[in-house]
Amino acid sequence: MIAGYNFAYLDEQTKRMIRRAILKATAIPGYQVPFASREMPLPYGWGTGGIQVTASIIGRGDTLKVIDQGADDTTNAVSIRRFFARTAGVRTTERTREASIIQTRHRIPETPLREGQIIVFQVPIPEPLRWLEPRERETRRMHAHADYGAMYVKLYEDIARYGRIATGYDYPVVVNGRYLMRPSPIPKFDNPKLDRLPALALFGAGREKRIYAVPPHTPVKSLDFEDHPFRVESWRERCALCGSGSSFLDEIVVDDSGRRMFVCSDTDYCSGRRAKRSGAEAA
Amino acid sequence: MTAAAAMRTGGFADPAAESQAAFRTLLDVLARPGRIAELKSAAVAGLSPAASSVALTLCDFETPVWLGGACAAAADWLRFHCGAPLAVDCGTARFAFAPGIADLPDLDLFDLGSDEFPDRSTTLVLEVASLGRGAALTLSGPGIAGTASLAVAGPSAAFWQARAALGALFPRGLDLFLTSGTQIAALPRATRVEVSPCTSR
Repeated sequence: MIAGYNFAYLDEQTKRMIRRAILKATAIPGYQVPFASREMPLPYGWGTGGIQVTASIIGRGDTLKVIDQGADDTTNAVSIRRFFARTAGVRTTERTREASIIQTRHRIPETPLREGQIIVFQVPIPEPLRWLEPRERETRRMHAHADYGAMYVKLYEDIARYGRIATGYDYPVVVNGRYLMRPSPIPKFDNPKLDRLPALALFGAGREKRIYAVPPHTPVKSLDFEDHPFRVESWRERCALCGSGSSFLDEIVVDDSGRRMFVCSDTDYCSGRRAKRSGAEAA
Repeated sequence: MTAAAAMRTGGFADPAAESQAAFRTLLDVLARPGRIAELKSAAVAGLSPAASSVALTLCDFETPVWLGGACAAAADWLRFHCGAPLAVDCGTARFAFAPGIADLPDLDLFDLGSDEFPDRSTTLVLEVASLGRGAALTLSGPGIAGTASLAVAGPSAAFWQARAALGALFPRGLDLFLTSGTQIAALPRATRVEVSPCTSR
């Protein structure tokens, strides 16, 4: 651990303030609690909210996994993992099953999360109504009155224009039948995983200074219409590496002639399946 | 030990690690209503070990604290360890500590937050005679798969009725930690509580 800093980088008073916000967020599922976000040693947009939440909950006994778009080995994930290894001295892992805390940018792991795990989302824009109503005072009033008609109108306009709801990520949800919430820019493919998730989900937005939460086993409904029910995306392709037909796939251009391949976005899930397969072939 | 010396004891010896561990316990019981956990810090005059852990973990100069009844004995300790201002009026307190329901005002006199800012509300830490024995409560709501049960001895039926009446005000409300010695459980505002007529042992 590096000297000269408090455990997990933040000072104790900051952690207390964030912890109070996390508790209120957990008590009011889906409601965005304002908090005094601190300046962090990395720019906004790199997970300053998620890092502050993780720093406030993490202890010496925790095992941390960090993913960026499903991958453990991208710059953002590697640097956040190293940040906590150096400032908190915690164990880190790339395995979803081994982690007690998973900080994520824009994915929920394919491996089902279990009771006792905490997943921390990095959130760029926490307010689901922001692109419909720029005034904070107004969106706050809309949440107070559960006045969410504008969002339905937006989804309806999608259908009128494109014949379907065209939102692919950050798809709006209603938490426990009350608060409209942005699930952070996860693909809508991951929305069903949030519904009655056994793990606790915490969301941190550093620039926008908001923390919100979904407690375990809480109903999370993706908005839809009776005649246009919510559907997740699917692929005709399978993962070119592990052969999975049920995971979220990334399309990758592999050469100058534009050939493409589809691979799992969740690197731990994909490598786990490949290891199992090569183990079966060896046996 | 003099009163002044007693006041200086009962803090966290390793604040970063102990407050983190205590916070995770608080988060765990709040996220899973019905669960009972242990918080083992020292008992101080006026507060049980579990209640003093809550104060050490969450209270500071930003959080006015209201102390009901015999909890008032912890005033000096709280000022010394947390630096928290004391609230004379419970309606201005972020945290309220009460040794039992006899020392509670009507629940709607606490700050329940506003519809716009429901988080700006009091968290009540209530000492009860027992957790795990007493009136059987059936809980449902966020954090609970189906229903959960919790037995609590101490609060009267009238108390549970008063708490249930606050449910209509959601998202405004009162978040409740129940403490008994070293044990703690939580009933956040969204948890629905049904009191069974029979009591368990």
